Amino acid sequence: MNLSTRVLLSRVVQQGAYKRIVTYSTKTAEHAVENQEEQKKEAPAAPPTPPSPPVTRKPIIPANYRFVYPEFLPDPKVEWRNPIREKLERLDMLDRRKQIDLPEFYVGSVLAVTSSDPHAAGKTSRFVGICINRDRCGLRARFILRNVIDHQGMEVVYELYDPTIQKVEVLRLEKRLDDNLFYLRDALPEYSTFDENMEAEPLEEGAPVPVNDIKVVLRPRPWLERWERQNLRGVANIDEYLKDKHRLSAAKVQKPWEKYDMMKDYRSSIPEEEQTEIFAEVHTELHTLELQRKRNKRKRTFVKPKQLA
Amino acid sequence: MALSIVKTLRPMAQPLATTLGGLQRQELIHTTPACFEIRKLARLRVVDNSDLGKKAMAEGRPPRCIHVYNKRGVGLIGDKVLVAIKGQMKKGILVGLKQNQKPKQPKFDSNNLVLIDDNGSPLGTRIHVPIPTILRTILKEKTLAKGADYTKVLAIASRYV
Repeated sequence: MNLSTRVLLSRVVQQGAYKRIVTYSTKTAEHAVENQEEQKKEAPAAPPTPPSPPVTRKPIIPANYRFVYPEFLPDPKVEWRNPIREKLERLDMLDRRKQIDLPEFYVGSVLAVTSSDPHAAGKTSRFVGICINRDRCGLRARFILRNVIDHQGMEVVYELYDPTIQKVEVLRLEKRLDDNLFYLRDALPEYSTFDENMEAEPLEEGAPVPVNDIKVVLRPRPWLERWERQNLRGVANIDEYLKDKHRLSAAKVQKPWEKYDMMKDYRSSIPEEEQTEIFAEVHTELHTLELQRKRNKRKRTFVKPKQLA
Repeated sequence: MALSIVKTLRPMAQPLATTLGGLQRQELIHTTPACFEIRKLARLRVVDNSDLGKKAMAEGRPPRCIHVYNKRGVGLIGDKVLVAIKGQMKKGILVGLKQNQKPKQPKFDSNNLVLIDDNGSPLGTRIHVPIPTILRTILKEKTLAKGADYTKVLAIASRYV
């Protein structure tokens, strides 16, 4: 791009007479120059033709960006949209990502979050747990970690762009069958128990994120939510605890036609064109950050050989 | 707030209406999820190893909150409550809540309580579940304000999150 611009500029200087040539877009300008040259041969007094519509070069954005960086996409709710705020937030998010490594993770991944805590003895606290939900957009993006420590189930909500977070480690990168795992609250404790001193399980570079198709076992009623109505795929024994009345009422509230409702789908998602626009804005910086992370990882994994003698 | 409405029963047999010895019982229908607030008559779970607490929990008769010592009437973390436990009135401190918490504060699967006496010293000698670190600050502040020494509860904690 640079080179062609320079060539073009030199041409312009050589020709001298054509001062109205547009130089910001290489391709159209070149066309314009050619056109004008042709015209010059034909009729030197003719006015220059208007430049053809500018051809923008599309950056190659990985298709998985909307899953890796879901918080860069705004909330699809129209009343909450504000393009300027969204843009500013994206800039802030990139600034934060330059300071701290916020890795790729999904609902079902096991994370360890170290955050500064003025109440703790060492002024930092580390919590290990499985991510059971990711919600909210932009700078307000949150995730919930769940773990069972000393037979006591507990959950902590973290804001992804919280400046007090010092480190986010992904100990096990995987997905589950459902979009959120709130049913772990009603499952047997072993399904949400994770060792606090767990070591990170490395995943091969470029390998697809594995989907853990484990089916959790629920404990008997009473439950916190009516799981039978939510068409969960990660629960094994939900049928055990259902009576006919539960099945009937669950069948009544089902909305099987909703998957054909294109308008609902449109309202609850960001269109693809808009997504490419957003990610085109942040892609370059995210990509450089990714490369940097890879480089750092390689540096970290290099083990200096011990001196034996 | 959990708003509950009473569904009026029609003469026709409804799945919600259950006949109990010829009497028709009305069931409450919650339109919002429960918010797990600790108010009067909320059941709590004793998490220290005091004899009284252990017995009450083993019997399956967990203590009930009969008063919350704050102005709002809803217990928050570190608040002092009066509980009815095995026919006695005891005071306790809330050390873990089921309610939604602020970011970075742990939310527990049960409402945890540590029994104390009037001076603030705990009845047990050990808390067998983790307690949130923010209790350190909260209880220290309360100690200065109220006179009783609540920080002894912190000393018997086994683990913080």
